[in-house]
Amino acid sequence: MKEFVLIFRNSDNPHFKPSPEQMQQVMTNWMNWMGSIAAQGKLADKGNQLSMTEAKTVKTNNVVTDGPYTEIKEFINGYTIVKTKTIDEAVELAKQCPILKIGGNVEVRAVVAADDNS
Amino acid sequence: MAEKTHSNNELLSHLFRVEYSKMTAVLCRHFGLNQIEIAEDIASETFLKASEVWVINGIPENPTAWLYTVAKNKTKDYLKRVKIIETKIKETIRTNDFLRTEVFIQSEQDFDFRQQTITDSQLAMIFAVCNPAISTESQICLALQILCGFSVEEIADAFLAKTETIKKRLLRARTKLRKDNFQINVLLETTIKSRIDTVLRTLYLLFNEGYFSKSNNNLIRKDLCSEAIRLALVLTENPLTNTPQTNALLALMCFQSSRFDARIKDTGETILFEQQDKNLWDKELIEKGNYYLVNACSVNEISKYHLEAAIAYWHTTPTNKKKWEHILKLYNDLILIEYSPMTALNRTFAFAKVYGNERAIKEAEKLNLNENNYYHSLLGYLYSTVDAEKAIAHYNKAISHTKSKTEKKTLMKEIERLNKKRNSS
Repeated sequence: MKEFVLIFRNSDNPHFKPSPEQMQQVMTNWMNWMGSIAAQGKLADKGNQLSMTEAKTVKTNNVVTDGPYTEIKEFINGYTIVKTKTIDEAVELAKQCPILKIGGNVEVRAVVAADDNS
Repeated sequence: MAEKTHSNNELLSHLFRVEYSKMTAVLCRHFGLNQIEIAEDIASETFLKASEVWVINGIPENPTAWLYTVAKNKTKDYLKRVKIIETKIKETIRTNDFLRTEVFIQSEQDFDFRQQTITDSQLAMIFAVCNPAISTESQICLALQILCGFSVEEIADAFLAKTETIKKRLLRARTKLRKDNFQINVLLETTIKSRIDTVLRTLYLLFNEGYFSKSNNNLIRKDLCSEAIRLALVLTENPLTNTPQTNALLALMCFQSSRFDARIKDTGETILFEQQDKNLWDKELIEKGNYYLVNACSVNEISKYHLEAAIAYWHTTPTNKKKWEHILKLYNDLILIEYSPMTALNRTFAFAKVYGNERAIKEAEKLNLNENNYYHSLLGYLYSTVDAEKAIAHYNKAISHTKSKTEKKTLMKEIERLNKKRNSS
C-alpha cells in the first residue's frame, strides 16, 4: 500500500453564494465521500480543511502578504491522505470527490517514502 | 426431593455466578494477584461446601452471608497454616518472599467483605484482567472466567471453540497476569488512566460477544450481555472511571439490550430489525440508555462509543423521516474514527436506506470483502429488489461462508422466498 495526498483546489468565485440548504448538501456529499473511502479501508488520514480567511504568505526579506489569493486564482482548501496500491486507484477515489461538482479540482500526489528514489 | 435438589442447584449456580467473582476479587486484594489461584481455591471450596451442606440442611436464610462467613473462616485457616510455616522459617531465612507474606498476614485484621471493599476489589480486578500485554481475545476469556465466574465449557460454548483451546488460552493469559506485578490492593490513578481504554474495549467486545454470539445458547448470550453491563456499572461507581466514554458505552449496551428479546425467535433465529415486534422492546432499558447518553454528553468529547450509542438511540426511536440520514451521518463519522468491516457494511446498509438499493450496490461492491458472509448477505439483500438471480447467488455465497446454523436457516428462507417470487412472475 502506498499513500497518496489528495489536494483540493477551488477557485475563489465571488458569485457563488450557496443557500444554507446547498451548503448542507455539500457537507453531506463530502461526508458520504469520506465515509465511502474509509469504508473501503483506504483512508490513511482524514486530513484538514484549510482556512480561506486566516491566511498569509511569507517571502524572502520578511515580506508577508495576505493570503495566497493575489497571486493565484486557485487556492488549496484542504487535503486528505488515502492509501491504495496504485495511483490509478487513488485517482478513482478522487473522481468521486464532491468538489468536482462545484468547480474545483483534485490533485493526486504520491507521498515519497524514505526508500523511494523514483 | 428431586425437585428440591434441582432448585438448589439453580440457586447455587446463580449465586456462584454473582458471588464467586466478587469473592475472588476481595481475596485477591489480600493475597496479591500472583496468588490468584489461592483466592480461587478458597472461593471454590466455599461453594463446594455450600453444595454439600445445603443439600442436607436446606438453604440458609441468608445464603450470601453464609457464603462469606465460610470464605472468611477458610481464609483465616489458610493464613494460620501459612503463619505457622513462616514463623518456623523466620529464624533462619529472611527473604523478600517472606516480607510479602508478612504484609498479608497483618492485613488479616481488616479482612472484610463490606460492600465498599467488594466494589473496590472488583474495579481493581477489572483493571488487572484488562492488561494490554494479553491479547484481546484472551482478555475476554479471562474476564469471563475471573470476573464473571463462567466455566471453561460455557466460555467454549460462547466462542464456539473447543474446550481445550479455551483452556490453553486461559493458561497463557494467567501466566502473564501473575507476572504483571499489578498492584491490586491500591488502584492508582495513573494505572486507571493508562488502562481505561483497554478496559472499555474489552467490556465492549464482551458485550458484542453476547449480542452477536455465534452460540445458539440463548441463556449464555444473555448472561454475557448482562455481565458486561454489570462490569460497566462498576466503572460508573468510581469518579475516576465514571468518564463520558464509560457512560456512552453503557448507553450503547442499554439500547442494544432493550431489543434482545425482540430480535431472537424462540428457535434462536435472528429477527431482522424491520420485522421486530416493537412491543417487545424493553422501555425501561431504553430510558436507562437515554440517561447514560445524556451523562456521556456532559463534555464536548466524542468517542466511538458515543457514535455507536447515538446510532443505537436512533434505532429505538419510532420512524422519523430523517432517521436514516442521521444514522448514515453517524456511520460516516464512526468509520473515520475506526475502520471495521462490520461498520463498513452497516454504513452501506444505512446508505441504501437513504439513497436506494441501486446506488448502495455500487458502494457495497467497492468494499471488497469477498470472504465475509455478512458482505454477501448485504449484497443479497440489496439485489433482492433489483436482480433476484444475483441476490440468490450472493445469499448462497453467504451460506457457504458462515458457520452459524441459524444464519444459514434465515438465508435459506430468503432464497426460497426469492425463488417463489421469480417463478410466479
